[in-house]
Amino acid sequence: MSLIAITDVRKSFGQTEVLKGIDLDIEPGEVIAIIGKSGSGKSTLLRCINGLETINGGSIAVAGVHVSGEDRQLRELRLKVGMIFQQFNLFPHLSAGRNVMLAQTVVKKTPKEEARRIAEEMLDRVGLGNRFDALPEELSGGQQQRVAIARALAMKPAALLCDEITSALDPELVAEVLQVVRKLAEEGMTLITVTHEMNFAREVCSRVVFMHLGKVHEIGPPEAVFGAPKTPELRQFLGMQ
Amino acid sequence: MTDFTLWDIVRNLLFALRWTVLLSLVSFVGGGVIGLLVLFARIAKRRFARLPAKLYIELFQGTPLLMQLFLVFFGLGLFGISVPAWLAAGVALVLWTAAFLGEIWRGCVEAIAKGQWEASASLGMSRLEQMRHVILPQALRIAVPPTVGFSVQVVKGTALTSIIGFIELTKAGTIITNATFQPFTVYGLVALFYFALCWPLSLTSRLLERKLHVSHRHH
Repeated sequence: MSLIAITDVRKSFGQTEVLKGIDLDIEPGEVIAIIGKSGSGKSTLLRCINGLETINGGSIAVAGVHVSGEDRQLRELRLKVGMIFQQFNLFPHLSAGRNVMLAQTVVKKTPKEEARRIAEEMLDRVGLGNRFDALPEELSGGQQQRVAIARALAMKPAALLCDEITSALDPELVAEVLQVVRKLAEEGMTLITVTHEMNFAREVCSRVVFMHLGKVHEIGPPEAVFGAPKTPELRQFLGMQ
Repeated sequence: MTDFTLWDIVRNLLFALRWTVLLSLVSFVGGGVIGLLVLFARIAKRRFARLPAKLYIELFQGTPLLMQLFLVFFGLGLFGISVPAWLAAGVALVLWTAAFLGEIWRGCVEAIAKGQWEASASLGMSRLEQMRHVILPQALRIAVPPTVGFSVQVVKGTALTSIIGFIELTKAGTIITNATFQPFTVYGLVALFYFALCWPLSLTSRLLERKLHVSHRHH
C-alpha cells in the first residue's frame, strides 16, 4: 500500500479551480520533487495533503488515514506528516529547543525530560545541538529553517512536506538547509518537496512531478524529466527551447 | 451655616475616591474575564459563535455608556427587580469594558502572522492548544499597552455612574458643591483626583509601548 494515495483531487478557490484532478501515489521512502510555474497548484497540493486546505473533490489518504475536515482525524493525520514552510514559522517567543519540545509535550503528551532529550537529539541532527537556548531572532534564516526541520522531525512523522523551504533564504544559506534534507533522504525519510532547486531535484529525488495548470503534466525519474522532457510545456519550463 | 475648610472638601472627596477605584477595578477585572470569552467567541471557527459576539460588541460600542447605565438601572426595574445603583453601575461597566477589551484583543490576535497558526496546526495542535501555547503568548505582548491605555477610559467612565446616584468621586463632588457653594474648587479637586488616577496609567501604557517597540526592533 502506498504511504500517500492522492486520487482525483480537486480544489477551487472561489471560481478558480487550482487543482483539476490530481492522481499521485507515493511509496514509503520516496523523495518527490514537485516543480512547476507559480500558480500551477504545487503548493496548494502540498497544503491539501496535511489538511491546511480542504479539498473539494477526490480523496487523499496518508497511511490509510483519509484527509477530511474532521478535527480528530486531522490531528491523527498531522502526526503522520510534518510540514516545513517557506517562512520557517518558528514560534518567536520560544527558544529553539522549546520550539522543538512544544508539540511533543502538548500533542503527544511526552514527558518533559523525554521531550527535551528528543529535542536535543533532533537539533543535533540538523547541526544545531549547541543552540538549544537561542531565540529564533538570534538565529540566521538557514538556522531557523533547520530548527523548523528538527521541530517537524521530533514528532516522528512518516513523511515530510517541504513547501519551498529555501525560497526565503539568502543564497549562501540555501546549501546548509538542502544538506540536511539530503541527509534525511539518504536515511530513508519520505519527502515531498515543492522546490525551485533543480539541481537538488535532479540529484536527490526518486521522482519528479511537473505540474502545469492544476494537473500533473509529466512525471518520472529525474533522468527522464530533466534529460528527455516529453511535453513542450516542460521543455519551456526547463528553458530548453 | 458651617464653614468648610479645604481639608473638609478633600477629606470627603478622598472618601468617595475609593468607590471610583473599586468600581474601576471591578469593571476592569470583570470586563477582562468576559472580554476574554467575547474574544474566543469572536474568533471562533463556527459562525453561530462569532455572530452573537459581533452583535454584542457592535451594540456596546455603538451606544453611549450612559444609555447602557440607564437601561440596566431602569430596565431591570421594569421586571420588578429593584437594582441598587452600585450593582447597575458595576454590571453596565463590566459589560461595556468587556465589549471594548474583546475587540482590542481580537485585533492583537489577528496581528499574529497566519504562519503561526499553520505551523502549530501542522504539528497537530488543536485550536485551543494553538491559542494557549502559540497565539496568546505572542498576542499578550502587543495587547498590554492598548489594554492599559483603555483602563483610563474605564476610570473616566465610572464618572457617569454618578447620574444614576452611585456615590463615587463625581457624585461626591456634586454633593459637596451643593453644601459648600464652591463648585470651581470642588470640581477642580475632583478633576485632579481623576488625573492622579489616570495619568500614571497613560504613562505606563506609553512606557510599555516604547519598551515593546524597542524589543521588537531586534527582529
